[in-house]
Amino acid sequence: MLGLKFDKTKCSDCKPVSCLVKCQYMDLDRDRARIEWQKIVNGEDSFVLEACTTCYACEEYCPLGNHPFYLIVERQEEKGILPSPRPIITMWINQCEPVGRFMVGMVQEKALSFCFLPAFNLLVGGKLFEDIAWSSIFGQEFFCNAVYLHYARMSVIKERLPRIIENIEKQGIKELVCLHDECYGTFTSLAPAYGIEVPFKPVHYYEYLYDKLKEYKDVIKQLNVKVAYQRNCSVRLAPDTDHFVDDIFGLIGVDRVEREYDRENALCCAEVIRMAKGYELADDLQKRNIDDMVKAGADYCVFNCPACWDSLAEKVARRGIKPIHMIEICKLAIGEKPALEV
Amino acid sequence: MSDIYEALVEIVGKDYVSNQKEERYFYGRDPGLMKPHEPDYVVMPRTTEEIQEIVRLANKEKTPVVPKGAGLSLTGLVIPQKGGIVLDMKRMERILELNEKARYVIVEGGTTHGVLKSYLQKHYPSLRHSMPDSPPIATVVANAVIHGQGRLTQQRGFNSDMVSGLEVVLPTGEICRIGSCSVSPYWFSKGPPLPDLTGLFLGWFGTTGIITKLGLKLYPCKKIRDVMLFLTDRAELVPDIMLKLGHTEMMEDIVVSTQPIPLRFKGNFFILVFMTGDSDEEIEFKRKMAWDTLWEYFDSRDGGFVSITPDMKTPMMAMPSKDTTRFADVRKGGGFEYSGPIAPVEKYPDFVKKLEELASNYNLSYASAARVIDGGHCMMFSFSYTFNRADPDEMDRAKKALDEAAEFSLDQGGVIWKPNIDEQKMMMARMDPNTLRLMGKIKELLDPNGIMNPGNWEAK
Amino acid sequence: MQEYANQIHRCFRCGYCTFPTDYSYFNCPSYRRFRFESYSTGGRLWLTYAWVKGEIEWSEHLAEILYSCTTCKNCVEQCPMKFASDIVEWIVGARSDMVEKSKIPLEVGRFFEAVQVYGNPLKLPGSERGAWADGTKRYESGDEYLFYVGCLGSYDENGQRMARSLAELLKEAEISFGILGSEEKCCGNEVYMLGEMGLFQLLAEKNIQKFKEHGVRKIVTLSPHAYNAMKNNYLKFGADFEVYHYTQLLYDLAKKNTIKFSQNQAKVTYQDPCFLGRYNKIYDEPRQILQGIPGIELVEMERNREDSFCCGGGSGNFVMDLLAGGEESPGRVRVREAYETGADTLAVACPSCMIMFMDAAKEEGLEDRLSIKDVAQIVKESLLLEQTT
Repeated sequence: MLGLKFDKTKCSDCKPVSCLVKCQYMDLDRDRARIEWQKIVNGEDSFVLEACTTCYACEEYCPLGNHPFYLIVERQEEKGILPSPRPIITMWINQCEPVGRFMVGMVQEKALSFCFLPAFNLLVGGKLFEDIAWSSIFGQEFFCNAVYLHYARMSVIKERLPRIIENIEKQGIKELVCLHDECYGTFTSLAPAYGIEVPFKPVHYYEYLYDKLKEYKDVIKQLNVKVAYQRNCSVRLAPDTDHFVDDIFGLIGVDRVEREYDRENALCCAEVIRMAKGYELADDLQKRNIDDMVKAGADYCVFNCPACWDSLAEKVARRGIKPIHMIEICKLAIGEKPALEV
Repeated sequence: MSDIYEALVEIVGKDYVSNQKEERYFYGRDPGLMKPHEPDYVVMPRTTEEIQEIVRLANKEKTPVVPKGAGLSLTGLVIPQKGGIVLDMKRMERILELNEKARYVIVEGGTTHGVLKSYLQKHYPSLRHSMPDSPPIATVVANAVIHGQGRLTQQRGFNSDMVSGLEVVLPTGEICRIGSCSVSPYWFSKGPPLPDLTGLFLGWFGTTGIITKLGLKLYPCKKIRDVMLFLTDRAELVPDIMLKLGHTEMMEDIVVSTQPIPLRFKGNFFILVFMTGDSDEEIEFKRKMAWDTLWEYFDSRDGGFVSITPDMKTPMMAMPSKDTTRFADVRKGGGFEYSGPIAPVEKYPDFVKKLEELASNYNLSYASAARVIDGGHCMMFSFSYTFNRADPDEMDRAKKALDEAAEFSLDQGGVIWKPNIDEQKMMMARMDPNTLRLMGKIKELLDPNGIMNPGNWEAK
Repeated sequence: MQEYANQIHRCFRCGYCTFPTDYSYFNCPSYRRFRFESYSTGGRLWLTYAWVKGEIEWSEHLAEILYSCTTCKNCVEQCPMKFASDIVEWIVGARSDMVEKSKIPLEVGRFFEAVQVYGNPLKLPGSERGAWADGTKRYESGDEYLFYVGCLGSYDENGQRMARSLAELLKEAEISFGILGSEEKCCGNEVYMLGEMGLFQLLAEKNIQKFKEHGVRKIVTLSPHAYNAMKNNYLKFGADFEVYHYTQLLYDLAKKNTIKFSQNQAKVTYQDPCFLGRYNKIYDEPRQILQGIPGIELVEMERNREDSFCCGGGSGNFVMDLLAGGEESPGRVRVREAYETGADTLAVACPSCMIMFMDAAKEEGLEDRLSIKDVAQIVKESLLLEQTT
């Protein structure tokens, strides 16, 4: 069985205990945080394991790269804690099970991963993807499985991920442009944390878009709009990609409004939290998040993750802010029409 | 050409009578598993008067008459067991009157649910009727005659409970009005305060007369409609979940599905809860009520609401439900049939167990949808098995499974919905003998020559 | 036996195929006309399966049922099953079985014979095919477009009016084009839909050969039927030219201001031809052309675009008219619907729709109240004077 590369000593020497102190859902001072975290490290019971909303943020908060969130997930599973109701976990495990249905386009060495998100069929199109749109993979056989971090099922990830990576390699793919950063985070953070070798180069689609936009520099029309960025949970697995948001916005003349809930303090879309903790917390998160966008005077809300889109786009639109996916705001800048609408 | 053929041509015109093999073949069967039997004639009348004449002719010739909507019961209820004349009612398709203030509509005997839905949406967007899950060509009358259910059944009962008046051509040819319309120009009540005579026609599968007009109650159509999806993996919790949701008196329709494929359905019961509201606040309130009423199962992690993406929601909300029809092609074979007992909701876990057991014994693909009726007085539970029409062995196995399911449901205290002729016999064998005699007397009185859909409800 | 025979039993006869998207009324032309369920797509498929299984014998009536389908593809749009897109091919497959066994309705046999002998289903001499053209030049190597006129455009009085309108427009716009005149042959779209695959292949190959001989690179067709055949069904016989329907070309010309419009006061409703709309998803261009003409008010019939109701002329029925007779024939139903919109003009983009509606309007007594015009004719009448002089 694959084991998490986790260094106990790093935690015992850690001063800030940011993993828990910064948690947006638990109010812990440094001392209490240290005590609870040590319990988790030692495999003892801690209320944290029950209270965790699985927002991934502690992965980003840890200054030592010691994977606190992955450890939490391991411990939750060991103790039989169910972050969401059991039938919901069952549904997720069943619906993404690889069944031998390989949905591939005309795959080249450089390919796009659509993950298991049909929205990318709509989003991928136009000049930005004209050389690569057909070179794509989709579906269970290529699904990164990181979603089980929400469901205390590291065992499923450990069992499926090596197969998934093998499936991708077998397609002859050398460079995989991940359209969902959960895939990118899986290949650059989760897999290495378990010593799983990734025999291709994962590329975040933000980097791809940024490079493409530079090719179209002459046709880019500065959009001159204010946007609120909906920074999703899986960014926490690869926060180093965040600068591309600013880089892209810089190229297309977009102002990323300063607001309370962006960057490290971003709020998640809350749909997983709704299923896990109920509607009150989820409604509160969504309201605070959108109020914040409105307060900051955003014209657009730019989405990175199609799942955030599903949970927030309509609600954002009702408050007078136009929802748009990152790919589509790039399309707008080169004079193309968005495909995804509320 | 026979005399009957010529006489029928005289009545409805030659374009609307056929005694040719092709029509006789098609009208001699339905998409279910009952044995076919061909009619001698297929006729498409346009008026009540034409139907009167056809009935008089049939009495004279002692030939059977089988009124038919779209023939979608799947249990062979309009297969003409003894030949004769099939009346395809679908040319009697007009929407005759809509009383907005008294909230009813009067339709002809062959008006389809699809056309009525479209009409209301276009002309009376604040009114709706209880749309069944069957394809849109199902007729309003046939659906009421088989005690169909629809999207308002949880709150309002069987679709036949929503009837507000009838015009019937009796088996002897007289036209008869039933309900308030028998003494008043208004069609607001099927019976009360009069004796409720609709019971002589609804549920009789056309053996007691031909309904040529039907008044149907309409209900408020709110501006927003939404659906929630609750999952549990414990069948034994389903009855209480149904009742708790019913208790809120806010859910229009509650349907519980279970099926092993596609994989995402495996191991869980999918409880779809439909609600409507005139404002976001109203919907939000109802959503919270649904959550709160089921909170204990959420707390114990035995169940929970799943967030539904917009692309999942569209097919769930569709009326009629194309997904229901798609079940027929699971085996790429164009067939499914279900046995659908009406039973107390507490029977849900036992029925599910039997559903799976029969599927396993007979090696069949299965699904089930259970719909809560009238706040939880009972449910319709479907034992659905799909089959490949080109595989006679599979069809045979499906039929056996359905027969066993019917026996089982009766043993459990259920009553079979839209029973085929064999299931009718099973029920009549268990029926209170005096009730059975009463049914026999009614039939004899109304249809002395036994011409109406013979083979069905043969209560002797 | 063809592939369809192994699939056709999958139809559940649920009846969705008879409706448009909003279920407002029946949208299958033959079901609407005859009303026996045997004439719906479900009926047709079940009866064909019964014939394949040997449960029923072939009969003239069975063949009529199979051939009364206009292949309008409404069923393909509405069928909820995964096989929906195959339905028309199943029907064509069953027809080709009947053709192979020489068991087809008399009218269909005559249709094939006429195409075989005369090169057109109207039994008119090939030498007169270009007689309408009146000065329109022959295609020469180097011309940008071959104007493929088709049988109805070449021979039918109303079709010819369409062809002339378009030819004049193309001249006005200084498009380099030419026609094949007496060298032109039937496109074969109807022959294909009626199941005569041998004859279709012959026509396709001959046409492709002729186009190649002349060095044709781009074709503009008058009829959506020809457009469909050449764009979709010629490929496997080696076609390698670009094909356009004339509305696409006119749309481009209007967009580029190559043709300019003056006022044309008219209230127009537009009939989507099945082979342009449901078969090739061209819905917007014709509408945008009409909307671009100052003074024209475009109103929609209740059933439009994907839900458009067929004129009844598809699958050779513009000649055979197996759905004729009575006020429920599709053409008559549709002109009534067009008239109910309050439009004074019913715009068509297909010669088959044109001739079906001309007849239907007469039968309905609407010929003085509803003009049937094709898009090219309306455009021609709306040109700025400087261009028309």
